[in-house]
Amino acid sequence: MPYSADLDIRVTDSCLRDGSHAKQHQFTVEHVRSIVAALDDAGVPVIEVTHGDGLGGSSFNYGFSHTPEQELIKAAVDTARRAKIAFLMLPGVGVKDDIREAADNGASICRIATHCTEADVSIQHFGLARELGLETVGFLMMSHSQSPEVLTKQARIMADAGCQCVYVVDSAGALIMEQTGDRIAALVAELGDDAQVGFHGHENLGLGVANSILAVRAGAKQIDGSVRRFGAGAGNTPLEAFAAVTDKLGIRTGIDTLKIIDAAEDVVRPIMDGECLLDRLTLTMGYAGVYSSFLKHADRQARKYGVSGAEILMEAGRRKLIGGQEDQLIEIAVALAAKK
Amino acid sequence: MSKATAAIVGSGNIGTDLMYKLLRSAHIEPRWMIGVDPDSPGLKRAADHGLITSADGVDWLLGRDERPDIVFEATSAYVHRENAPKYRELGIQAVDLTPAAIGPAVVPAVNLGAHLDAPNVSLITCGGQATIPIVHAVSRVTEVAYAEIVASVASPSAGPGTRANIDEFTKTTARGIETIGGARRGKAIIILNPAEPPMLMQDTIFCSIPVDADRDAIAASIKEVAADVASYVPGYRLRTEPQFDDPTAVSGGLARVAVFVEVEGAGDFLPPYSGNLDIMTAAATKVGEGFAQRIHS
Repeated sequence: MPYSADLDIRVTDSCLRDGSHAKQHQFTVEHVRSIVAALDDAGVPVIEVTHGDGLGGSSFNYGFSHTPEQELIKAAVDTARRAKIAFLMLPGVGVKDDIREAADNGASICRIATHCTEADVSIQHFGLARELGLETVGFLMMSHSQSPEVLTKQARIMADAGCQCVYVVDSAGALIMEQTGDRIAALVAELGDDAQVGFHGHENLGLGVANSILAVRAGAKQIDGSVRRFGAGAGNTPLEAFAAVTDKLGIRTGIDTLKIIDAAEDVVRPIMDGECLLDRLTLTMGYAGVYSSFLKHADRQARKYGVSGAEILMEAGRRKLIGGQEDQLIEIAVALAAKK
Repeated sequence: MSKATAAIVGSGNIGTDLMYKLLRSAHIEPRWMIGVDPDSPGLKRAADHGLITSADGVDWLLGRDERPDIVFEATSAYVHRENAPKYRELGIQAVDLTPAAIGPAVVPAVNLGAHLDAPNVSLITCGGQATIPIVHAVSRVTEVAYAEIVASVASPSAGPGTRANIDEFTKTTARGIETIGGARRGKAIIILNPAEPPMLMQDTIFCSIPVDADRDAIAASIKEVAADVASYVPGYRLRTEPQFDDPTAVSGGLARVAVFVEVEGAGDFLPPYSGNLDIMTAAATKVGEGFAQRIHS
């Protein structure tokens, strides 16, 4: 079954949320207005806007926002003519009051993320989001680290809590082709008509578009990308490339391929501090299965303590750190410096 | 020296771990363990150690001629809200290990002395017990406009109560950082990490400091307070020297000190990785001993 009468799948652009990591959380209202206007005009149906680490993420641990995220959400809602505005929240970082405020500011889709074995911490937040009349999406982060069987159990917890679409989230950009498809298929089989399944990819092994297509073929109805890869690590699935590929494959997304190619080049690229590259550090993340948002933090600590950023990331992988544990990268850098 | 008598209400993992700590105390005699399930392994263990046990709840305990000086509540916030007025009416001091937050919040290394007469004290959260002392250590030396803590705990040590009420954890801890830690504004973040083998509880404390603050004095104060905490939580330790940073754009323009703490449990009953639970039972023991010494002074 397609997503709707007009769309086979629904696409969410995440560059104003995942890209917040790459921008070190320094988005301004002007950035948001120009990107939302361009994506909206290109027919992107959902645009996510929040601090990279979700509501309440502005902090020492993750980096303080230049402009409060709720103001950015307001600006996005105000600018969009057709697109819905989504926001992300991580239980343990944000709280229910943050969800209420985002809803008051006009956002209509609440995306709640947990580590992929800890879905039960999101139950109260899904309950609230549904009560507020928000559409809900659940993120199972670091999905590469668990088997399809484990993920289906966690997806079931979210669906029972009121989640309408559970995403396999490849936070480390470590999933490879069939590993993505198998996870999506397992969730589709488990959830049936109870909830849709989605996929959020990263480019740390260069597989964002390919993984997303396999996800669609396995039954995913919602796909994330970020224009110009503007996201954490090597960035997200490049939305303009995904639009071009789906166009060629006859998968209807509602996105105007030529317009989004222009938006990527003319509007989004100038706002980025630099391209999101598949380089030594980001490839190391995909290879070692490390949370993509650690990139800028590892880079900063490597410079401060005179140690190797790649070594910090490899150690983060060995310690099985999960999303949110950016603080531990400092301690790793201090320990590496002491060994020198 | 005569000991104060105590009852442990709640025969689960926390109550059982607490029992082993109280059995070693020079000031407290744990005499009763109260549960609600006659088949509870906690009650059986308590009986094996010579405690009087009952599965008939607190009404059984409070209906007896001989009553405890101190009650340790290791049930749930809901149950403690029911029980607290009953203890108070009978003049039994209560140490509350649940999130009910009825009495004043106490962190032994910071403010125990101020609440030795309190009919009921709350132990806030495990994250609060591990981090508030450090915030206090900084705020007693210099101004802390903002403090933020990140508590990482092993998934298997986070029970259903914590999971269902994760907002309450972050909000209660943040409040404690302000009211007891002395930061003008506080924030708390909690991470549940499922790594196998399970990780030890790790806490990071970030405090904003003035750019011209005396960093040596701050570091010395942190080490002193960490040693205070370690005197009643033996597995509490600093993982590194305090780390100082000058202001940057991503630090919100604030200079800061970052402190990395690890809590290894004593392994009395709970596994050593669950330092988050050990620090609660260790803090409860410390508070109870403070009560006991006052009762017998």
